[in-house]
Amino acid sequence: MNKEKLKVDPIKNGTVIDHVTAGKALKVADILNIGNSTKEIMIGLNLSSKKMKKKDIIKVENREISKEEANSIALISPTATLIIIKNYKVVKKFGIDIPKEIKQHIICPNSHCITNLEQVKTRFILAGKNPIEVRCAYCEKKYFIDEVKFSF
Amino acid sequence: MKHLISMQDVSTKDIMKLIDLADKIENKKINVDMTGKLAALLFFEPSTRTHFSFETAVKKLGGNTFSMSGTNSTSVKKGETLSDTLMTISMYADLIVMRHIIEGAARFAAETVDVPVINAGDGTNQHPTQAMLDLYSIKKTQGTLENLTIGLIGDLRLGRTVHSLSQALSDFNTKFYFASPSHLQMPKYITDDLDKKGIHYQELEDIKEVMHELDIMYVTRIQKERFAVLEDYEKVKDSYIITKKLLEGVKNNFKVLHPLPRVNEITTEVDNTKYAYYFQQAKNGVYMRQAIITELLNLKY
Repeated sequence: MNKEKLKVDPIKNGTVIDHVTAGKALKVADILNIGNSTKEIMIGLNLSSKKMKKKDIIKVENREISKEEANSIALISPTATLIIIKNYKVVKKFGIDIPKEIKQHIICPNSHCITNLEQVKTRFILAGKNPIEVRCAYCEKKYFIDEVKFSF
Repeated sequence: MKHLISMQDVSTKDIMKLIDLADKIENKKINVDMTGKLAALLFFEPSTRTHFSFETAVKKLGGNTFSMSGTNSTSVKKGETLSDTLMTISMYADLIVMRHIIEGAARFAAETVDVPVINAGDGTNQHPTQAMLDLYSIKKTQGTLENLTIGLIGDLRLGRTVHSLSQALSDFNTKFYFASPSHLQMPKYITDDLDKKGIHYQELEDIKEVMHELDIMYVTRIQKERFAVLEDYEKVKDSYIITKKLLEGVKNNFKVLHPLPRVNEITTEVDNTKYAYYFQQAKNGVYMRQAIITELLNLKY
């Protein structure tokens, strides 16, 4: 933990998104619309982690990310932990809940699925948690999360 | 129930209610009145059997139909979206019955229009009225859906009827035997679901050894065109042909079901045995579809 502190400065007020799946921080920043912000942001990629071997980390100054916002990254980084900091102190810490239903962000890999042929937003149902598995509400085909593409 | 799209949406309670309704319709215990109602039978992918079965069901209830078969002479050919076609048809009809080659098309239809939608087959996905008529046939012949031993035989990989049926039966503590050539086995997502529910199933290459245990054998056609090499087809085809000899020693209550059309997978000599049930099964389809229409349109009886 001390080693990490050396690598990434602490923040005064804001949110630390810790234990982000290694290599996914830029995507997470994109989904949470962090990339377009003018606030101070620190992103660490492929840092050592006891829990995960490798992890990414994001620190955002002066923005408190809500639980609801955080859940939108569940599919690409379900292990992430959010730490809300006020005056250098941890005031809140929470994990990610994987939603039972995911609207519009997943592209169905089935080329015969109606969602790839008509103007219709995709809808996926959570079918398994470890590993994450989702079922298309339209064509009913099931996929592991690594098999699908996203449109955020 | 507003629509019938997938067996995934149909509860055990719904299944029993529809079976009870089909039974009352068949035995003329009730008289359903569909007079003045119009059903659109939209077969974007042509199907003689299911199309006629629905047409018969609607007409026997006193309703009327208009239909299309294939997309050659329709606005679809002119490039109209499915959404627009469905919206327009829903302005005329009280009920839409739809078969489409695209998977999920029926769910999309149900979300697009205000009238009830019945899925009459969407690609390789679902064919819930077939599953319901199969369940009705099983209940009629066995007196129950609980604790039965059922063999599913043939092309289990691509046959949507066997998928819907095994999903539906998994709530009734069924013991399954799956017999198919190795590359046409039941898909993993189906067997995973059975595993989750703790349902007993065994995958076999040959059904012979378990014939004496079966209450029902559900046969589907193995299509020659699914084999890359004709020799491979020739090797396995005889293992999946039901002959009178194969039926020696089966249980007294045993029945053979088949969604039809058959080609050669059940020899015609089986037709005259007490075990053949596939033509009655087709007839049961009309009663079950009458029951489904009655339920979705909330028809008076």
